[in-house]
Amino acid sequence: MSLTFTLASRNLFHDRLRFVATLVGIMFSVVLVMVQMGLFLGFGHMVTMMIDHASGDVWVVPKGAKSFEDPSLLDLKLRNRVAGVAGVANVIPVVIGFSDWRLDSGEVTPVFIVGLDLHDGGLHPWNVVEGDVQALGQGPNVAVDRSYFERLGVDGVGGTAEIRGRRVKVVAITDGIRSFTTTPYIFVDVKNARTYTGTPPDRASDLLVRLDPGTDRDKAIEAIKAQVGDAEVLSASQFRKRSRDFWLFGTGAGAALFAGALLGVIVGTVIVAQTLYSSTKDHLSEFATLRAMGSSNGYIYNVIIYQALLNAVIGFAFAAAIGAVVVQMTAKSALPIVITPWLVAGLLALTILMCVISAIGAIFRVVRIDPATVFMA
Amino acid sequence: MSDCIIEAKSVTRKLGSGAREVQALRGIDLSLSRGELTLLMGPSGSGKTTLLLVLGCMLTPTSGTVTVCGTSTTNLDKEALAKLRRDHIGFVFQSYHLFPTLTAAQNVQLALDIRGDHGGAAVKRSREALAMVGLGSKIRSLPNALSGGEQQRVAIARAIVANPSVVLADEPTAALDGENGRTIMRTLADIAHQRERAVLVVTHDPRVIPFADRIIHIEDGLLVDQPAGEVERLRLPKAAG
Ligand SMILES: Nc1ncnc2c1ncn2[C@@H]1O[C@H](COP(=O)(O)OP(=O)(O)OP(=O)(O)O)[C@@H](O)[C@H]1O
Ligand SMILES: [Mg+2]
Repeated sequence: MSLTFTLASRNLFHDRLRFVATLVGIMFSVVLVMVQMGLFLGFGHMVTMMIDHASGDVWVVPKGAKSFEDPSLLDLKLRNRVAGVAGVANVIPVVIGFSDWRLDSGEVTPVFIVGLDLHDGGLHPWNVVEGDVQALGQGPNVAVDRSYFERLGVDGVGGTAEIRGRRVKVVAITDGIRSFTTTPYIFVDVKNARTYTGTPPDRASDLLVRLDPGTDRDKAIEAIKAQVGDAEVLSASQFRKRSRDFWLFGTGAGAALFAGALLGVIVGTVIVAQTLYSSTKDHLSEFATLRAMGSSNGYIYNVIIYQALLNAVIGFAFAAAIGAVVVQMTAKSALPIVITPWLVAGLLALTILMCVISAIGAIFRVVRIDPATVFMA
Repeated sequence: MSDCIIEAKSVTRKLGSGAREVQALRGIDLSLSRGELTLLMGPSGSGKTTLLLVLGCMLTPTSGTVTVCGTSTTNLDKEALAKLRRDHIGFVFQSYHLFPTLTAAQNVQLALDIRGDHGGAAVKRSREALAMVGLGSKIRSLPNALSGGEQQRVAIARAIVANPSVVLADEPTAALDGENGRTIMRTLADIAHQRERAVLVVTHDPRVIPFADRIIHIEDGLLVDQPAGEVERLRLPKAAG
């Protein structure tokens, strides 16, 4: 193996303090970027959670609806028209909306009602850990997530409260259905949902459409569009993208996360560039000696690039370890940081790119070396 | 193949600029041949180092030509000059310039490494070069664990390991005591005579004269015939005031 790598590692490890400073800089930067991008992914994941878990192929939504949570309403007459389209198996009205939850203690907290038709299915609570979802249709019953017990003043099946003055009872418990808005989701039967959200009987928030197996989805969408006037017809993935775009970019949340990540990249690059430059300056006489001995500039660049890469790989390894801890710590939080293999690969590539770009300053310094200086000492 | 390895013709070289401009070389004609150890002597500031840099392709002449193994340095860019050095010239510096974090063997190996010679053969050749300068037992030592004379011998091993045609040494014994200085000079003379290299040693040190095949003198940027009593004068301690 070439001695360039040996030289690079000796140059790095020789000055421990600078090496540690470099690693801390890279770790800070990479962890910051990782958290921002992990939040971005986690947020993007959460905002489409309901759509992801709805077992439908096509959504009919009010014109201009920006997301699943959009409060605008559809005329329920559309239901029959859509049901008449060839290839449509069933059409399930979804009723959602904000409401108030009064604890037995008298406290009031906002909640988000998700109304589903148990008979037709379509949008069931998932991860049910206790109780029975079918009981939702048998009275003023609700399903809640156990992470909101404290907020909702209940501690399991059998807990009670009031929604808009109506007494409700908890009959099923889910695990991990958390809302990015921090407002708890309350699953109820679609009829009760109308009462709790004040949605008139002839209205619905969306229609979830299931197609017969083998139906051409795009053709069905076109056919449905012809029936629904100015309401919009979206495939599940279009609706998902629209929700995500709204929450991530329409609200500026995504831009803020990206700005944070960019800041991390800039800080990291500046720190690594600074330490690489000062390390190179300390070793100028060695580089000049190499040059006097006749080494090409490329050989010297290799030494510097190896230093940059070593910084990147070691710094990244530490950052990844910290990242793993952060992921563990936020797993149960309102907004978990999601780290995917692609994000890890992307971050490693970004770290390497960042360190290599940082080497440019050092390389510009080395190009100007005059080998004759070796004789002047 | 010609015995002449480096040839300088009518070389002049200016250094500095403006009011500080100095005509360091004023018209040098010189050739170095295989199998010959040449001493370059002259007073401080006479242009010895400048001449060595010009012969070693680190400075280009302001006018005149330098030819190294048949290649003229005129119009060569920095990378091409580096390649010429890499292919033909080994350097020994007054202050050794070893890499403090590399072992003696790695320091020597570096001269092969920059030529793209990385394998086990490079390791073996480096050890042989160290053995040749009498340091076969110190291959794993770091420079700061070696005496000055030993460090300079590592530097010589580094200069010769890639078999350059010419070795240029600027005051290689200046930092060494008598015995160490003699060992270094004996090694350089062996390189000239046994390995058929051209060796040029810049020196102030009269103790090295016995090793020379040829002595050239420079004064104020010009080669001069040896002034009468020059050797005697060099032997004297510098006069105070
Ligand atoms: N970078 C420079 N700019 C201007 N003048 C210089 C520069 N380097 C050297 N000189 C001058 O050029 C002349 C020749 O210098 P050189 O270093 O070749 O002398 P030298 O014979 O090697 O001296 P010494 O025995 O002290 O090493 C001197 O007058 C010196 O002051
Ligand atoms: Mg000099």
